[in-house]
Amino acid sequence: MSASTAVPSGRFAARRQRLAEVSSRHRSWSIVVGIAIIGAILPVLANIPPFTLATPTNAWMDGFTNAGVWVLLAIGLNLVVGVAGLLDLGYAAFFAIGAYTYAYVASPFGNSILGIEFVTKVSPDLSGLVFWPMLLVGALVAGMFGILLGAPTLRLRGDYLAIVTLGFGEIVPIVFLNSDAVTNGTNGVGGLARPALPIIGSFSALNPWPYYISMLVLVAVVMMLAYRLVESRLGRAWEAIREDELAAAASGINTVTAKLLAFALGASTAGIAGVFNASKLVTVSPDQFTFIVSFTVLAMVVLGGMGNFWGVAVGAFVIYTINNVLLKVLNQFFDAVSFPILKDIDFIQLQFLLYGLALVAMMLLRPEGLFPNSRRQRELHTQVLEPGADELTTAEATTEEGQR
Amino acid sequence: MSGNPMDNEPILVADSVTRRFGGLVAVNSVDFTIPEGSIVSLIGPNGAGKTTFFNVLLGVIDPTAGSVVFRGRRMIARPERIGFESLIWVLPAVLVGLLAALLAEAGIVSGRLLALLGFITLLILIGSLLLGIIRPVWYSKGLERIGIFRSARPNDMVTAGVGRTFQNIRLFHNMTAIENVLVGMHTQLHGNLLEAFLQTPRVKAEEKAAEQRADELLTLVGLRGKGNEAARNLPYGDQRRLEIARALAAEPKLLLLDEPAAGMNPKETLDLVALISRLRNDLGLTILLIEHDMKVVMGISDRVTVLDHGEKIAEGTPDQVRKDPRVIEAYLGAPAA
Repeated sequence: MSASTAVPSGRFAARRQRLAEVSSRHRSWSIVVGIAIIGAILPVLANIPPFTLATPTNAWMDGFTNAGVWVLLAIGLNLVVGVAGLLDLGYAAFFAIGAYTYAYVASPFGNSILGIEFVTKVSPDLSGLVFWPMLLVGALVAGMFGILLGAPTLRLRGDYLAIVTLGFGEIVPIVFLNSDAVTNGTNGVGGLARPALPIIGSFSALNPWPYYISMLVLVAVVMMLAYRLVESRLGRAWEAIREDELAAAASGINTVTAKLLAFALGASTAGIAGVFNASKLVTVSPDQFTFIVSFTVLAMVVLGGMGNFWGVAVGAFVIYTINNVLLKVLNQFFDAVSFPILKDIDFIQLQFLLYGLALVAMMLLRPEGLFPNSRRQRELHTQVLEPGADELTTAEATTEEGQR
Repeated sequence: MSGNPMDNEPILVADSVTRRFGGLVAVNSVDFTIPEGSIVSLIGPNGAGKTTFFNVLLGVIDPTAGSVVFRGRRMIARPERIGFESLIWVLPAVLVGLLAALLAEAGIVSGRLLALLGFITLLILIGSLLLGIIRPVWYSKGLERIGIFRSARPNDMVTAGVGRTFQNIRLFHNMTAIENVLVGMHTQLHGNLLEAFLQTPRVKAEEKAAEQRADELLTLVGLRGKGNEAARNLPYGDQRRLEIARALAAEPKLLLLDEPAAGMNPKETLDLVALISRLRNDLGLTILLIEHDMKVVMGISDRVTVLDHGEKIAEGTPDQVRKDPRVIEAYLGAPAA
């Protein structure tokens, strides 16, 4: 019995191994191909029966695009939490900063604050073009705030860092909420320009395709850059800091610069996601950026597999889809067949209960996430065999870390 | 190396280094020089202050008094006039801010332009504060020229040419052996963010060369073919070797080994001693060994310094030190009265 099951799993493992090797050798191409394949399959799924019954095709496509925003967020947070090991609970702040950055440039209200007349004077087919450079500007602005948050927290780690970032994540939306004069407070900023492209003109709310395709391109580019980063000198420095900060410094890594860059680059990814999301919703308001957002992204990273960009992307996609589609569909389904008891349950209200259960189950059964990074897996599944660990370890650790 | 390496110019000079922890004087006014190309050892019984002294040399902890000069440059000492440094952080921003205020007062700028100037002032303030946090080499050197001094941090010491290993092994356990060495090569690589994003030919070539060099280093320390094993799965002796390879990756001039033979069996110890002599003879490295075990250092050291209760109690050739009554007393206790 065991022998017969071992063979296929062995072959499967070997095939997976080969796939992993090829994809790491041609990283950028494998990302482009992978995203293209997924990008081609999703619309097909949205057009065939079991799925079309639940929701119309366009709504599916719209949902996939929104899921892409979360994929971007998860990739960015993975840089900070999964790779550099800096627990950031205020990630939604950078998402908000990106979104508001776009709002200032691309809405009549924002323009009046900045003292420019851009959106009102220019036709939407033209003003929407500003979306593309704004992706970069949003990334830069959010990245700058990432550095601002990073600088005072450099000495903190683990729980302490988490608390400070949590505070930052709360402060930013509250500032947007209460600075009525410049942010329009609770109502937020509306009437943002939709993105536009030279030939097809301004994107429309009725046609999800332009958004969908630009999102695919964006995800592919961000993922490619993220991989290139992690496989570079800087990425190794981050991994080293996560494993042992003192040893990293003793290897010549300027831990200060490396950590600031981790915060900045993670934040700028959120900035890009923020700009995209704002341009799609055509409105930004402080309630889009609550703690729940930070928490959800973190859950996506943890469930997907910290440290692995494909893993967290899939995690984000799956969680978003479950949250926003599956639960709704479950409601409709049980209502339709009028199943006893279950038809009275509102699954959408159970969202966080389900999250909690999923996270607990995950931590017990597969703490490294669905698609773990090989290093994480080693970390969690190897017996801790640290030969030098004796009573001197603690003595040295206290003198070395306590003094600076 | 011709002649006695002890006659060479010193590569590192520690001048009356003192470190107190509250009432405890862990290191008391220790003078110590390391001639270039030599192997010198620092020994002493448990709690003699060896590791504290070592950490001062490496910029991990600040000395209470005294200084360390490495290759003619003062690296470690008590901070001097750092109050002025904060002035440097705010001064540019204050000047620009004042200028903006004056221009506004004179009616030259107003409205949006003034807001822009205010924004620029803020950016300058943030920028100069960041400079103070990141402390690039040119910044520290510039400050030193005007009399503001801060000790080098551990990573500055690596950049200056000091490599180290740890008493308790501190590898990046979940990375492979070769990745550990590549991390050690950090200061030797120069690919920046943009190059990494664009994967320019230069950065690709650099990475390839780095991997080759890492292989060479692994071969040098005797870990050929083990590059892809996770560091945590290597046997103990190999982990020690890997730490040495990681330190060598930064191309140091001076290598500080903190109890490299701790926990090794006699065979591993012999191999290690051979490796250390090879590093000096073939690579021309200067080596400082900290050991607790006298037997290890006697064979290879040009000079041995003995610490006890934070003070230097003896210094000389291994033979001189071995016969020194104070050393015998420190290790074996005073003869019964």
